[in-house]
Amino acid sequence: MNLRGWNRHWTAATLALVMVVGAVAGCDNLGGKKKEEAGSGSGATQPPATGPIKIGHYASLTGNEATFGNSTDQGIKLAVEERNAAGGIKGRKIELITLDTASKASEGGTVVTRLITQDKVVALLGEVASSITLAGGDVAQKLGVPNITPSSTNVHVTELGDMVSRVCFTDDFQAWVIAKFLYDNQKITKVAVLYDEAQAYSKGLVEYFTAAYKKLGGTIVTEQAYTGGNPDASAQLQTIKGSGAEALFLPGYYGDAGNFMKQAKQKGLTIPFIGTDGWDSPDLLKIAGDAANGHYFSTHYSPQEPRPEVQAFVKAFKAKFGVEPDSLSAMGYDAARVLFDAMDRASSFDGKTLAAAINATKDFKGVTGSISIDANRNAQKKAVILQVVGTEYKLVSDIWPEGMGPPTTKPMDDGGAGSGSAAAGSAASTGPIPAEGAKANAATPATGAAATKIEAAVRGDVDLKGTKAPPKAMKPDDDKSDPEDGSE
Amino acid sequence: MTTFLQTLVSTLSIGSLYALIALGYTLVYGVLRFINFAHSDVVTLGTWITVSLAGAFGWAASGSPAFALPVILILTMAICAAVGITLEFLAYRPLRRAPRLNVLITAIGVSLFLQNFGQLKWVFGPRYAGSPALLEDRTLVTVFGVGIQLVDVVILLLAVGLVFALEMLVFRTRLGRGMRAVSFDERIASLMGVNVNRVITLTFGIGSALAAAGGLIFTLKYSKIGQTADQTWVLLGLKAFVAAVVGGIGNVRGAAAGALLIAGVEQFGAAYLSPKLQDVYVFLILIAVLLLKPSGLLGKAVTEKV
Repeated sequence: MNLRGWNRHWTAATLALVMVVGAVAGCDNLGGKKKEEAGSGSGATQPPATGPIKIGHYASLTGNEATFGNSTDQGIKLAVEERNAAGGIKGRKIELITLDTASKASEGGTVVTRLITQDKVVALLGEVASSITLAGGDVAQKLGVPNITPSSTNVHVTELGDMVSRVCFTDDFQAWVIAKFLYDNQKITKVAVLYDEAQAYSKGLVEYFTAAYKKLGGTIVTEQAYTGGNPDASAQLQTIKGSGAEALFLPGYYGDAGNFMKQAKQKGLTIPFIGTDGWDSPDLLKIAGDAANGHYFSTHYSPQEPRPEVQAFVKAFKAKFGVEPDSLSAMGYDAARVLFDAMDRASSFDGKTLAAAINATKDFKGVTGSISIDANRNAQKKAVILQVVGTEYKLVSDIWPEGMGPPTTKPMDDGGAGSGSAAAGSAASTGPIPAEGAKANAATPATGAAATKIEAAVRGDVDLKGTKAPPKAMKPDDDKSDPEDGSE
Repeated sequence: MTTFLQTLVSTLSIGSLYALIALGYTLVYGVLRFINFAHSDVVTLGTWITVSLAGAFGWAASGSPAFALPVILILTMAICAAVGITLEFLAYRPLRRAPRLNVLITAIGVSLFLQNFGQLKWVFGPRYAGSPALLEDRTLVTVFGVGIQLVDVVILLLAVGLVFALEMLVFRTRLGRGMRAVSFDERIASLMGVNVNRVITLTFGIGSALAAAGGLIFTLKYSKIGQTADQTWVLLGLKAFVAAVVGGIGNVRGAAAGALLIAGVEQFGAAYLSPKLQDVYVFLILIAVLLLKPSGLLGKAVTEKV
């Protein structure tokens, strides 16, 4: 009797369980179906034709790269505000929806899905970190909503498809710029490398840099790695100190870079470090303190550039946020304005039409330079080299892609027709600026003359391998050993 | 020679950091027989309290007075001890008679809570902090081309001092005798008149205070203070835990020896083999010890358990 009672109990429980599972499974199916609909056409995500135009921004507002997301978001906010004050787009106001990815690649896809399916945005901006854009952009591509990344430089990002484009340069170019700067400008022939093994960004840059630097004639004396979670690099820095390197290439994010600068100082390692746009954060100085002094990094723009676009932006930004905009803010601002420009030209805000308009951007006068989106949806632009001097980032040099640059220009032969005027646009303003007063390290004679030389070299008179240019127009060395496979 | 000496210096200062954290694991295991997974979060708390206090007192920039370090050390240790005691009271005491698995899972829950609570905007915030300049970067002497830094010396002295104090406490005081008694048999200890609850509370307090000292050492040595849920802390906690296990968990001297061994393997491996596998060496040692001598290196040699 007792047993029977138990049995009945169990049967009921099992039944209930089955029903619950069934219900969950049903929901799942429904979700899957919904997604499919959204993917197959623009029907499900068709945004309303009246009311404000919704734009999504997914960004690292918290987590390891929090300053990236916040800076970018401020830039975008400024652009939206200015545009709304000027009457919006086609008479409609712009509404910006920003969601946090917490600096996690796993959040990228989730957040983008939410922006598209729930908030029904017509276009997306974001991310900064390439690994997150790879996740978010993948969803945007599948759901057919255009995504412009302001500053993800990993080569593979725009390979996701026609919905994903960028307004910044790519890492192969950035690595080449640094190789050029070290070898031609600083006359450094022996470089050590220290990179984050767990970051696609860091690893990719090292491979491109190694190829470019060796091609110029330099030697990589030692290649060291660390993993993001490990705060200690004493063994690596010790090896680098004993390797006879004249500079250290350290492509990574500002947290680790700042930490290692301090450790290097303690170890008496005095060679200059050179980093990439991942260093570009006000927090670099907060972490490294005065140990950052004298080090260099490449990035997208400098607020010290005298071009009127830059100065107007810096002024407006300071008025609104009270701080000087870093590169990420400038890139966010430019990405938003490129999007608005495309919206002006597009006949409708349907995903395909809008993406086509974005991808047709030519000679857009941005704060970070003239922006033309090429056939691979990348932007052809110059990079700047900044040096940390005291508590300031000082503009040392700016370097254009081969075959491009002020004042004389050769249009690229792969149809990059925009490059000529692009360069002309920024020609008047940005010459190389010597780092005077810089408390540079002994090994770095940052003189104007040296900076001018690299300008000449880059301008195209010397090293014009770029003329048999690759379809990926930005790639400075198309014949280098294929670094692509390792950059994931 | 230079490399060897430099690596040795790194080993000593990193070993000190691991030792202070490992002691907390081992003390709590000694009296309660469970792994306090929230321990590494108390270390994190220690770093952030150091950073916050230095900021509040205006000692964040270089040139802080000489008494800044001891003042902050004592305050941080006191605050973390209070936190440790509170955690024990709220989270672990109600489970004193529950199966060990429940306590373990609770510890993971406490850890997650501390990680995410600390990330709130009005607590420590969701981004990096730089560490305060409590000590100036100064080279004391140069031996065979290796600069012995003030930081490394202070760290080593601090750790040795604290381990010695703990040793005294455990083997020379009434409380220590109580702790050892509880670790042998809680029931009989209470029958013999040991106030078990008080011993456990104080054990948590001491372990947390040592963790706080470890946190402070971290800020002296490194300048990137990750937000409370940063992966740095998990790895740091894991390595200290490995040190405790390798030394023989529950054994105070074992934890200190294990910490030095782990730091040595890590640093010498990185210097002479490859730094890419730095973390691998540590866990290889763990596997080797668990296979060959599961009770840990000093697990049998010393019969007194804490």
